[in-house]
Amino acid sequence: MVDDATVIDAIRPVRDPELDESIVALDFVTSVVVVDDHVTVRLRLPTYFCAPNFSYLMVADVREAVLGLPDVASAEVLLEDHFTSDEINDGVNSERGFEASFPQYADGELDDLRLLFRRKALMSRQYRLTRRLRDTGLTPAEMASLTLRQVPRGDHLDEHLDEYLEARGELHIATDPDAPLLVDGAGRPVAADAAEEHLARARGVAFSAELNAEFCSGVLATRYPDARPSRREETV
Amino acid sequence: MYEKDGEKYYIVDGHVHFWDGSPENQLNKYGKGFINCFYDYHQNLSPEEYVWPREKFEKYSEETMMKDLFEDGYVDKAIFQPTYLTDFYVDGFNTTAKNAALADKHPGKFIANGAFDPRDGDKGLAKLEQDAETYGLKGVKLYTAEWRGDSRGYKLDDPWCMKFLEKCEELGIKNIHIHKGPTIWPLNKDAFNVDDVDHVASDFTGLNFIVEHVGLPRLEDFCWIGTQEPNVYGGLAVAMPFIHSRPRYFAKIVGELCYWLGDDRLTFASDYAIWHPKWLVEKFVDLQMPEDMVSELGEITNDMKRNILGLNAARLYDIEVPEEFRVPAEPEAAMAANA
Repeated sequence: MVDDATVIDAIRPVRDPELDESIVALDFVTSVVVVDDHVTVRLRLPTYFCAPNFSYLMVADVREAVLGLPDVASAEVLLEDHFTSDEINDGVNSERGFEASFPQYADGELDDLRLLFRRKALMSRQYRLTRRLRDTGLTPAEMASLTLRQVPRGDHLDEHLDEYLEARGELHIATDPDAPLLVDGAGRPVAADAAEEHLARARGVAFSAELNAEFCSGVLATRYPDARPSRREETV
Repeated sequence: MYEKDGEKYYIVDGHVHFWDGSPENQLNKYGKGFINCFYDYHQNLSPEEYVWPREKFEKYSEETMMKDLFEDGYVDKAIFQPTYLTDFYVDGFNTTAKNAALADKHPGKFIANGAFDPRDGDKGLAKLEQDAETYGLKGVKLYTAEWRGDSRGYKLDDPWCMKFLEKCEELGIKNIHIHKGPTIWPLNKDAFNVDDVDHVASDFTGLNFIVEHVGLPRLEDFCWIGTQEPNVYGGLAVAMPFIHSRPRYFAKIVGELCYWLGDDRLTFASDYAIWHPKWLVEKFVDLQMPEDMVSELGEITNDMKRNILGLNAARLYDIEVPEEFRVPAEPEAAMAANA
């Protein structure tokens, strides 16, 4: 029989798509119950009115992650205290899809939304890496001429490079050593004279996600006094 | 007005409410969920001594509001932004009529904005005309996530909304306050997206679009459209209270907004009664840009604070500001004006 810790480990890579943080770190997972080969996971969110589309993605991603475990035959994921808990829980656990779960209110699935926020995550991660590179004396224009192979390595740099490469991989953007360091959301290289503005915009994307994560974590801890959300290292 | 270290500030609170979120007025679980959500915001970001009991927060008195804003909170003029939510509350959450009644009782203190909903069609257009005459509207507040029967919201560039904006232009309602929320049609798209603001701001250059909560949670998208549309403004409600619990975050919000839009396009707001203007004003005047952020984002000066705290909103709403609170014109501009 699978144990709780294994289930949590399987859920850990599931991220809040808007905040680009693990939902385990954000403390959105309230309980895991394993009975034989059936797993029940309960989730909570910072507010009753969190956007239903992002909420649905998290519930669906958790269910998929749990079902991916070898000793699990069935899984039920339940979002609690949310204005669309019923629609989301029914929809995800019966694998109906988003549009069929909200028949009057949606005109498609959530692939475009997910793509949009993966691109934002790419920009945030790119900013966090390049901010460290600036500390080593590199200018945005110089960074635009670097390939991934030429990126300086070091303690914090490696961590930031890894998370940046992960985001590139998810978007099918080249991660080979000769690929350019700076790319836009569609994977196109950034010209040296556009690098300054590119990174200023990336700074805005990273800051916005971080600010939202701060707000959401604070409200979660107000709503559920037992919640202990933790977050990645802050840039502000 | 607020005065510190010999500096004087004229205060316009650009976003206040006189709401009724009490159980008696709640129509369903959504009404309960809505006020609970506000209460969590209030508890989470207020200094401890400013946190109210839940019952008071659900429904507060006229006396409380007048004292908080005008006796204790340094506010010279407050702008009501109505929030109807008639699918959640029996008599609405706070309506133009209720706000205007209070404004009438206390002349010179409030500006009562109206609202429209494009889904009301021709009837709504007629009502807007009538409201403009009754209340002398200079602004409207739109909540694009508002539920209406089977509808979960609308976009600003929907054809009917464009008709209402044309009507606003015609009626001299030049300030359009926009508040995004978690729902919209279709629900599979990002409801907080502000691209529709970009679209209508280009089409209606005679109108000012004040994006409430500076586009949060899409601050970066808001900053970007702000660089391209000179008639787009940022209302600081909800961003302000970070000044207490997370001052570095707040400094960076203001820094980013000044970097992309400029301090002449930002307006102070408490979102009363979610937060109290007294501590927001005091802390804002004390704000210094942290040293390590100055190179990227610049300083924040007293004149910038004066603009944000009152002068910008005064310009939008033709509020007469006494000479002593104004920012002296730049020497070149003054010379040009005299020439």
